[in-house]
Amino acid sequence: MSNLVEIRWHGRGGQGAKTASLLLADAAFNTGKYIQGFPEYGPERMGAPITAYNRISNTPITVHSNIYEPDYVVVVDDSLLDCVPVTAGLKSTGAIIINTTQDDSTLKSKLKDFDGDIYTIDARKVSLETLGKYFPNTPMLAAIVKVSKIMSEEAFLADMQGSFKHKFAKKPEVIEGNMKALEMALQNVKKIN
Amino acid sequence: MSIRERLSGNEAVAVAMKQINPDVVAAFPITPSTEIPQYFSTFVSNGTVDTEFVAVESEHSAMSACIGAEAAGARAMTATSANGLSLMWEMIYIASSLRLPIVMSLVNRAVSGPLNIHNDHSDAMGVRDSGWIMLFSENNQEAYDNTLMAHRIAEHKDVLLPLMVCQDGFITSHSIENIELVEDDKVKEFVGTYKPSHYLLNNKEPIAVGPLDLQAYLFEHKYQQAEAMRKAKEVILEVSKDFEKLTGRKYELFEKYKLDDAEIAIICMNSTAGTTKSVIDKLRESGVKAGLLKIRVFRPFPAEEIAKELSHLKAIAVLDKADSLNAVGGALFTDITSAMFVNSCNVPTVNYIYGIGGRDTKESDIESVFVDLQNIANTGKIDNPYRYLGLRK
Repeated sequence: MSNLVEIRWHGRGGQGAKTASLLLADAAFNTGKYIQGFPEYGPERMGAPITAYNRISNTPITVHSNIYEPDYVVVVDDSLLDCVPVTAGLKSTGAIIINTTQDDSTLKSKLKDFDGDIYTIDARKVSLETLGKYFPNTPMLAAIVKVSKIMSEEAFLADMQGSFKHKFAKKPEVIEGNMKALEMALQNVKKIN
Repeated sequence: MSIRERLSGNEAVAVAMKQINPDVVAAFPITPSTEIPQYFSTFVSNGTVDTEFVAVESEHSAMSACIGAEAAGARAMTATSANGLSLMWEMIYIASSLRLPIVMSLVNRAVSGPLNIHNDHSDAMGVRDSGWIMLFSENNQEAYDNTLMAHRIAEHKDVLLPLMVCQDGFITSHSIENIELVEDDKVKEFVGTYKPSHYLLNNKEPIAVGPLDLQAYLFEHKYQQAEAMRKAKEVILEVSKDFEKLTGRKYELFEKYKLDDAEIAIICMNSTAGTTKSVIDKLRESGVKAGLLKIRVFRPFPAEEIAKELSHLKAIAVLDKADSLNAVGGALFTDITSAMFVNSCNVPTVNYIYGIGGRDTKESDIESVFVDLQNIANTGKIDNPYRYLGLRK
């Protein structure tokens, strides 16, 4: 089971964490993997904390439960650091990726119980510069691919180009911005510890 | 060559329905099965299927429309969950007693109340004696495959009973996973066309459907229903063999996973079986002889066949995702223990009620059941067979 990668997404309703988890599942599927992508459904409403999950493996996946000991955690909204135990069960060999502009020392003190790697990205800046609007899920999707290395960046970008063509068939004008968001995000992820 | 895809359980069922292209689909949306009629109505609008889609105002009407369509001689399908099935209750029994082979996708969800939209099996267990064939599915693949086999089983001349394909709400219905699809033309050939022997729109043979049936004949008609259910086992196996020839995927009345040489075993249905397989693989690495019997066909209940597979075990746990609130145990537990008693299979057996209202079932929960089973196997002692798994105290 050592090839199994488990990812937990924390976001707020409306930010697209669920969509990002499904897009990641799609991209990994297209590179030949076995995948699971599923949200934890609750009393969903705009702004409420939500969780989504991915399992990615070279062999068939039979487990059907939520993920309690993830390899990676993606935090789409850094206000969740103050109210959701985002590092719960996160493996010390793994990493957390946070969409934030908070300074490194603040983040380190908030995550002082976590021994693994901490990565940050300013997804708001990436999104506003490339899309003109705040859609944090596209940059965060690129960030988790970069950190987890579940596929090469080239394969990921090529696959996303295809996905966006399909997804935005009726809005082709947004494809270029989304591709730029991915490319810029791949460059903007930084490790802070 | 099969088609490698990734679909949620609901998408998988909708695709199967598209490939089957039934004459009529009548449905009313209810979480978590809503996506099935939603996707299907898109296929109707796009002209991908030529099905008559009846957007009814309630589930009672959905089942009534299916009954009307099938009685007229058409092939009808529907999908629902939980309280939607509750509202169909009256018509559920009428569908089976009129011997109408309607196919339903039941995306399992807790029946209210209090209100809960998440998975357990209380909806399915409520209709377990209504005369419907009930197939359970571990994942999207099995939900798809069972749906493709459904009409062949239900419409068989020795059966003529309605059939429901169950899968776990949200856990598999809303999880995107890999799946192997069968090509459209092969599905069409496998499923075949529906040629009912007797139907209302046959002007050469005027018939009445569902007239008054009093002391003189109702007993005999109920016996015929029971006979059909008994014969269904053989038909299910036949159709499953043909399906294996088509796809290479083998289905029987139940699946044995590392059961033949096991000392302790879990019996369960739907998605928890997958989680149990993963736990068994880990336990086997440390030398624990754990196994699984996963129920696929819950109605007809393969009592004799199951009992035969259990006699070598030292301890068994039956997992029920619905509490029968009868002070005895869950429905699967009472069926299994009854099957064991009647077939002289005497193995210590306990029941766990689990996963109620969507309570997540973790690998550690399943591990704890196997630990309990090891203790029972070692000591032969069962203090209380009616237990709970994952209940907060």
